[in-house]
Amino acid sequence: MTRVVVVGNGMAGARLAQEVLARDPGGRVRLTVLGAEEHPAYNRVLLSDVVAGKVVLEDIALPRAEAPHVVVRTGTTVTALDRDRQVVVAGGEEVPYDVLVLATGSLPALPPVPGLRDPGGALAPGALAFRTVDDGRALLTASGAATRAVVLGGGLLGIEAARGLVARGVPVEVVQAAPHLMDRQLDPDAGRVLARSLADLGIGVRAGARAVEVLRGPDGRVRGVLLDDGATVEADLLVLSAGVRPCTALAEAAGLAVDRGVVVDDQLRSVTDPRVHALGECAQHDGRVYGLVAPAWEQAAVLAGVLTGTEPSARYTGSHEVTRLKASGLHVAAMGEALAGEHEAEVVRFHDPARRTYKKLVIRDDRLVGAVLLGDLATVGTLTQLLDRRDPVPADRLSLLFAGRAPAAPADDDPSHLPDRATVCRCNGVTKGAVTACWLAGARSTADVAARTRATTGCGGCRDTVDGLVAWLRAGDPESTDAAPATPARGVPA
Amino acid sequence: MSAPVPTHCPYCALQCGMHLVPLPGGGAEVAARDFPTNRGGLCRKGWTSAALLTSPERLTTPLVREGGDRRRPLVPASWDEALERVVAGIRRAQAHKGPDGVAVFGGGGLTNEKAYQLGKFARVALGTSQVDYNGRFCMSSAAAAGTRAFGVDRGLPFPLEDLAAAEAVLLVGSNAADTMPPFLQHLAAQRERGTLVVVDPRATPTAQAAALHLQPVPGTDLALALGMLHVAVVDGLVDAAYVAERTTGWDEVRRLVLGGYWPERVERLTGVPAPDLRRAVHLLAGARTAMVLTARGAEQHSKGTDTVSAFVDLALALGLPGRPGSGYGCLTGQGNGQGGREHGQKADQLPGYRRLDDPAARAHVAAVWGVEPASLPGPGRSAYELLDALGTPEGPSVLLVHASNVVVSAPDARRVEQRLDALDLLVVTDLVLSETARRADVVLPTTQWAEEDGTMTNLEGRVLRRRRALDPPPGVRSELEVLAELAARLGAHRFSADPRRVFDELRRASAGGPADYAGITWERVEAGDGVFWPCPDEDHPGTPRLFLDRFATPDGRARFVPVHHRPVAEDRDAEHPLYLTTGRVLGHYQSGAQTRRVPELAAADPEAFVELHPDLALRLDVQEGEEVRVVGRRGAAVGRARVTPTVRPDTVFMPFHWGGAGRANLLTNPALDPVSRMPEFKVCAVRLERVGAHVPAHVPVQGAGA
Repeated sequence: MTRVVVVGNGMAGARLAQEVLARDPGGRVRLTVLGAEEHPAYNRVLLSDVVAGKVVLEDIALPRAEAPHVVVRTGTTVTALDRDRQVVVAGGEEVPYDVLVLATGSLPALPPVPGLRDPGGALAPGALAFRTVDDGRALLTASGAATRAVVLGGGLLGIEAARGLVARGVPVEVVQAAPHLMDRQLDPDAGRVLARSLADLGIGVRAGARAVEVLRGPDGRVRGVLLDDGATVEADLLVLSAGVRPCTALAEAAGLAVDRGVVVDDQLRSVTDPRVHALGECAQHDGRVYGLVAPAWEQAAVLAGVLTGTEPSARYTGSHEVTRLKASGLHVAAMGEALAGEHEAEVVRFHDPARRTYKKLVIRDDRLVGAVLLGDLATVGTLTQLLDRRDPVPADRLSLLFAGRAPAAPADDDPSHLPDRATVCRCNGVTKGAVTACWLAGARSTADVAARTRATTGCGGCRDTVDGLVAWLRAGDPESTDAAPATPARGVPA
Repeated sequence: MSAPVPTHCPYCALQCGMHLVPLPGGGAEVAARDFPTNRGGLCRKGWTSAALLTSPERLTTPLVREGGDRRRPLVPASWDEALERVVAGIRRAQAHKGPDGVAVFGGGGLTNEKAYQLGKFARVALGTSQVDYNGRFCMSSAAAAGTRAFGVDRGLPFPLEDLAAAEAVLLVGSNAADTMPPFLQHLAAQRERGTLVVVDPRATPTAQAAALHLQPVPGTDLALALGMLHVAVVDGLVDAAYVAERTTGWDEVRRLVLGGYWPERVERLTGVPAPDLRRAVHLLAGARTAMVLTARGAEQHSKGTDTVSAFVDLALALGLPGRPGSGYGCLTGQGNGQGGREHGQKADQLPGYRRLDDPAARAHVAAVWGVEPASLPGPGRSAYELLDALGTPEGPSVLLVHASNVVVSAPDARRVEQRLDALDLLVVTDLVLSETARRADVVLPTTQWAEEDGTMTNLEGRVLRRRRALDPPPGVRSELEVLAELAARLGAHRFSADPRRVFDELRRASAGGPADYAGITWERVEAGDGVFWPCPDEDHPGTPRLFLDRFATPDGRARFVPVHHRPVAEDRDAEHPLYLTTGRVLGHYQSGAQTRRVPELAAADPEAFVELHPDLALRLDVQEGEEVRVVGRRGAAVGRARVTPTVRPDTVFMPFHWGGAGRANLLTNPALDPVSRMPEFKVCAVRLERVGAHVPAHVPVQGAGA
């Protein structure tokens, strides 16, 4: 029995527990998850849905891995780890491990803006981060009383927070230090298209503007933000969403190699200590620290295979990042090397600011390595599949930008335009030529045609077409006594 | 000309009504008949079905191996000689291996009477537990999921006519436009209204008729369903009152979908854009009445049961099952797929949809059969496991096959051939010399549908009369006669060859079971448009609609089942970079043993083909109509290329109607669903090669080194 201790009960830690449980129902691994927060693990992806009022906080708790050999302890803050004695220290208690997993996640990076914090370090009343479930709760409370809000940070979460606030009736402005929104995922043209989409929803955007001071009222509460261009944005609610930094203090203090995150190999193992693993936003693999859920879950699957011995040689080889904005009325997908330019790869772009549409493909060696879709996501499923599976892209790149529909029958009900080999009745395999031949052999009505060819006698869906064909044939038949015009658009096929 | 005989089409589970008009010179002509399921319509399979009655390929005499030697040809024999060989082989196997040395493999095309009798024959005359049937390959996943949610499995718990009352329909993995064309009449309202949603990896004719077509990566329907459930929760579309009153288990499922299946994640798993997913759910939830229907596309997976459960969960969350004009249903495939799974030819079941491991069920059925309950064997191997065990030291050494062509229709066909060839005795009862019959030691010729009386139970759970319209050719016997004669020679009696007496016995055996036929008589079936089970007594009107008041669970509530997505059993990789998915074409039925012998149908689709996307064709330099080889991990199959944008670029499609080198099932994966034991027919990994460009290994290449 291996004692595995996981530090962190966020999306990575909780997923790892689920994955271990799924692979090891018998309990060869004894897993203990230590979470600092009092509440159970929650699905952070849905935080924007909470702010938008679609679900309540209680709804987004993640399913708890429950088994005798999986213990989840919330409200347990780990303060130190002793690698020599293989214990972690939590509230004066020592928890021994055979294998330790760090899933400590990250914290909001709070910009060093004067006025944001009190001397004691606390945030100014009216300012809050948007990261945790507690943040979400605070934001909900604050949004009820707020008259105007400003969001510092025009990344994914900042935009989602802004969208949620505006949906709750709070006017919002987004202040983005970078020259355009979502600068980690979008190139400038795309960022500008997105800003226009936000404007359509009533969200103001100030890009390329840095907050230089948080303005506070006599009561100490936030009343606005002063920008570096001298402008002031009035607001009684300030939401901070200016990036995150991995929580690596424990690892650093324990002497583990830490760059931006805890440096791990392909089995998510610390390069310093083979008994310590790390995953999720606190881990750095192959030079990359991921800030999305999907990579953390992919890592959890690999690590669970390694820890339970079910896939002892499983390897994590890196993830394609697919960023999807979850905000109603905003359709944004950015994936892979979305920022790459023409000098680095084959780039195909469609830029239609008036329709709030922007599409970009980045192709290298006939493989899709990055893409952006704004406004219209019809091909997003195809693109993510191509990116994830490394399938070759089609010669016709346009089909990746615009959803190609299977060629349906043209909206042309003139029977004369159909070729003779065109199938009229699928159920019974009857072609236009067969109906025509039937007419020439003496059939004079749809019923006659049905009796001779069985057209219309399956699902009946072709009845109108056959009626039309019969009328056309009648109209074109010089021997017909029908009063219809004697000459059809084209001659009757002989 | 004789009077038209009202009966039903011999093929699919829609069981379209038709008239047969016997012709003076033999054979019959098909004429239209207005019946609720097809309203007079027939597809080309139905219209041409009588052609097989007079086919020159029809078997009219038993065949045995010359000198009893498998390597020598099949030659005509008398019934007495053929049956004696069968009995001797059975006795030998029983002496060596005990009762389980003999196995029986049935089919979903058998009438209720025959399916019932086959199960009884196995358990009573042979005493073997080794009996299963090809329905395991058909709708077993939906049956398992339906049972665990509703407490009973009836494909459609409502008549087809109710479809017209559904404002929206979600059709998952069904290409009904090709597999049961007259069914499409019932979707006319949704097509007109723009409320038909189809889920299919291919843009089939059915999908093209939809207002919204979701085209997931093969093997990801389960994730798609969970994503739809997630949307229903987050967008406030769950019918909370219904969930509270009529279901159990919602909290866990709700938590599960919120925790892992948000649309953007599901989009990445399935390839279905999140906005389309949302639209589909809103389309369903925005309708006052709606139906969720699944078919083989959702079910024929190693996670087929869970996939259906996820769609049932969706239907329950939206408050559909058990409400007029709404519900969940499975579109059963085979002609008697429904009745075939109710009366005891399944490894774990007894008549009346009773469980073989239920002591009360055993006691009831044993009393009807006049045997001791303890004498009934327990549950045996499931279909593929049974085939896989044939001729092994632990497995049966004799197999009797009825109404099934496993060499074509079972997965990993080469393995199945090897197992059949390892048997001491293979007995096949069929109309024609099917691919499976060709490998047999004894072939017994049997009657066709137009030559026999009996009942079938269609996809609605409606019991129908199949009627004898003409005499069978001399030399041919009905399966009931064959079983009665074999049983008698084995020393077991009380096996009637009269379908009506067998049906009356079936009624008693099913009485009190979930599929209760006790009150159904042939007269009642004939007097109306069939009778829906359950029908516990002759005064009972039958049950067209189930679940209106309660579900068939102990507490009367439907059960939500928590399920998770998982990957396909065999994913694609560098060596096999494509998915293969399989299915049917309009003109053929199942293994094609019948339809390939109907000239008009054979002419329309004469040989196996492979659908591939134009991008793939361009990349591999494959031309339309060229022969291509599909190579997988278990074998290779050959077919003509059909280049079409209706298939995904990462997927090729092959229909499974042909034998020989064109057999799709040479490729398919026998990975089984843990609950239903359904093989993963719908997805495996393959690559595509040009046949023309390939140099066969046995051709020496000039100038090549040693």
